[in-house]
Amino acid sequence: MDYNVFWFILIVVLFTGFFFLEGFDYGVGTLLPWVSPRDEERTQVIRTIGPVWDGNEVWMITAGGAMFAAFPHVYATMFSTFYLALFLMLVALILRGVAFELRGHTRSICRRRLWDGAICFGSAVPAFLWGVAVTDLLAGLPIGENMAYRGDFFGLLSPVSILGGLAFLFVFAYHGAAFLTLRLTHTGLILRIQSLGLRMATLGTLTFLAWGVLLYQVTDLFATPWAVMLLVLGALFFVMSGLSFSMAKGKAGFMLSSLAIVCTSVSLFVALFPRLMVSSLNPAWSLTITNAASTPYTLSVMTVAALVMVPIVLLYQGWCWYIFRHRVTPDDVKGTH
Amino acid sequence: MDALLLSRWQFAITTIYHFLFVPLTLGLSIWVALLETCSVHTARPRWRDTCRQLVRFFGTLFLINFALGVVTGIVQEFHFGMNWSEYARFMGDIFGAPLALEALTAFFLESTFLGIWMFGWDKLSPKLHCACIWLVALGSNLSAFWILVANSFMQHPVGYVVNGGRAEMSDFFALVTNHYVLGEYTHALMAGLTTTGVLILAVSAWKYVHDAASRYAFTQTLKAGAIFLAVGVLGVMGTGHMHTQYLAQANPMKLASMEALWETENPAPFAVVADIDQRGQRNNFEITVPALFSFMVYNEPAGEIKGINAINAEWEQKYGGGDYRPDVCGLFWAFRTMVGAGGLMLLAALLTGFLAWRGQLERFPIWLKLLPCLLPLPFLANTAGWFVAEAGRQPWIVVGLQKTATAVSPNLTSLDVWATLTGFTLLYLVLIVIALRIACRHIRQTTVTYDAEGGRA
Repeated sequence: MDYNVFWFILIVVLFTGFFFLEGFDYGVGTLLPWVSPRDEERTQVIRTIGPVWDGNEVWMITAGGAMFAAFPHVYATMFSTFYLALFLMLVALILRGVAFELRGHTRSICRRRLWDGAICFGSAVPAFLWGVAVTDLLAGLPIGENMAYRGDFFGLLSPVSILGGLAFLFVFAYHGAAFLTLRLTHTGLILRIQSLGLRMATLGTLTFLAWGVLLYQVTDLFATPWAVMLLVLGALFFVMSGLSFSMAKGKAGFMLSSLAIVCTSVSLFVALFPRLMVSSLNPAWSLTITNAASTPYTLSVMTVAALVMVPIVLLYQGWCWYIFRHRVTPDDVKGTH
Repeated sequence: MDALLLSRWQFAITTIYHFLFVPLTLGLSIWVALLETCSVHTARPRWRDTCRQLVRFFGTLFLINFALGVVTGIVQEFHFGMNWSEYARFMGDIFGAPLALEALTAFFLESTFLGIWMFGWDKLSPKLHCACIWLVALGSNLSAFWILVANSFMQHPVGYVVNGGRAEMSDFFALVTNHYVLGEYTHALMAGLTTTGVLILAVSAWKYVHDAASRYAFTQTLKAGAIFLAVGVLGVMGTGHMHTQYLAQANPMKLASMEALWETENPAPFAVVADIDQRGQRNNFEITVPALFSFMVYNEPAGEIKGINAINAEWEQKYGGGDYRPDVCGLFWAFRTMVGAGGLMLLAALLTGFLAWRGQLERFPIWLKLLPCLLPLPFLANTAGWFVAEAGRQPWIVVGLQKTATAVSPNLTSLDVWATLTGFTLLYLVLIVIALRIACRHIRQTTVTYDAEGGRA
């Protein structure tokens, strides 16, 4: 296997890991204003991701960094193309990160509500925008011969990409609800999250299916059998997850929604392969793992680094999960609200 | 203004803002780790309790600062692609590697272990908990290393070949062992200690004066902080001096511009103040010390130092006609601001240390009241330092390889960049006001006690 394929796979792993991990972080944040009107219950909800959200976000930063190192042209084209969208995402991520930290230092309930709003905005916007972005990569954008984008902000929005964004938003929101039912002990709170989760599962299923239909019409995803199989599996897992969730089988619900996210993410990249960004103007102008890549030397250096570091990172992130494996109880947040 | 100029402003504003927090993350992580190590290893139970309270006290300041540093750091990573896509294309083969390594080796480490540290107080043994904050400190200081490897390449490219319209890495080892990294990295680490040292002194002095219940604890941190700051400032001066000497070979244009030396001279004088005429390429007025500049560079009062105009003529031969002079006036005064602020901070460290160790603090309340006013000094010095480093390589984005003007993303309109520049600036202003208010309230209201009578428990 040559380095270019290896790095394509590594980027798929990083993005998929990011969607799986930040998926429930974003979901928890998105649902925050609706899980409870009571501050101490919201604090419990935030505590479930408190120790891990920052580490999960590094998956995104690493995916971006890996793209820069391995496929600099994709990094350059993608980030400049999505300029205003990424600006919005950055504002959202800034508000969210600061809100997680400063919320606990704010005593006035009014201002805490503002931070909660910032967490919701800061989680929902990136979830939506990532859906738009990955759909656009596959559906194609007007990328010229010189790899530069020839459109404006609204050129990024099409029915299929907006549906992709909504599907990501609702699927992540549901994924977050499923995660929360496994991480809390307070019965009343869990019941409320279950009813919220069911609504998100319904919305998620509808948008996911509509998105799938449009993907069939406007992209070439359905020309790749493996991609089709994975996408169908993703949809199936998601529906099954919603069903188990409705029967109060939280663990199965979360496992299945995780599988759904992983299958869907991998499906999109399998359909893209060997491209990373599709040009709608001319197939030859698409960015691929060959024409957008770094030199074999750089890729070989980075391969060694990745093979050494990724297992170590997984090991200590796993340890972190092990330390915080117990459910968050109301007592855990006493004195912090 | 066009997209290029606006993008430069945006990068400058967001980087300077980001670097308000970075040095504190570098230094405070070490300070908090030291405090926690004290609390774990001390044999005196009363002092252990005070140390723990100090860990919480400074730990909270660290966390607020860290949150702002992290979120503004993501902006910087995205910027290279968003605003500088042609730079990312030209440099990606080289520049992407340290950035990816930074994420892999440093960001994961600091964010994961900080999460464990924040919420793991009653889930880990004290020693293991203390190890976590050391790993956070390691991660932070490692991330500074990788980003300065990347920055050093822009200042002084090594280990590359230019091929097919882009720079390609030919020797990763050369990139990492670039002599420029040594100067930048050690200087930045020491700047982190310095910034933290001034913060420790400013906060401790304020608590000493205004909070009698906390006085004992903060007398101790005044002593320790003075040492911390003295190490930092002496280090920052030593590494700065070393790096400036190295600039004579690595980037003589920057060196000459910092000192506003227009013509080649041997021995070269040092201008204390100068009225710089950038357009006329000379100084209208200057007060100089003969041969001092040569002495600073070569350790002896002789030796030729190339002037700005001579280097410009050389570069015109090498790279084609044009003006390669950076903003001499800005560099000259930024350098003096940095050095002046450094001198004042050294004085503050020595005086505070002397008074604290002699037990004379109470006799000089005026000094304790003055110390909090020194807090802006390290931030001023850090900003001025980065101005020297970055404005000093203009008009190049990568010295000798790519000009800043050719690096900007071609698809951006000035309206796009106006929108984001305004957005970032307003958001950053609001956030710093909120964060400062919360930090100040924390400092005012948190008491750190020392139970001098007790010990029975």
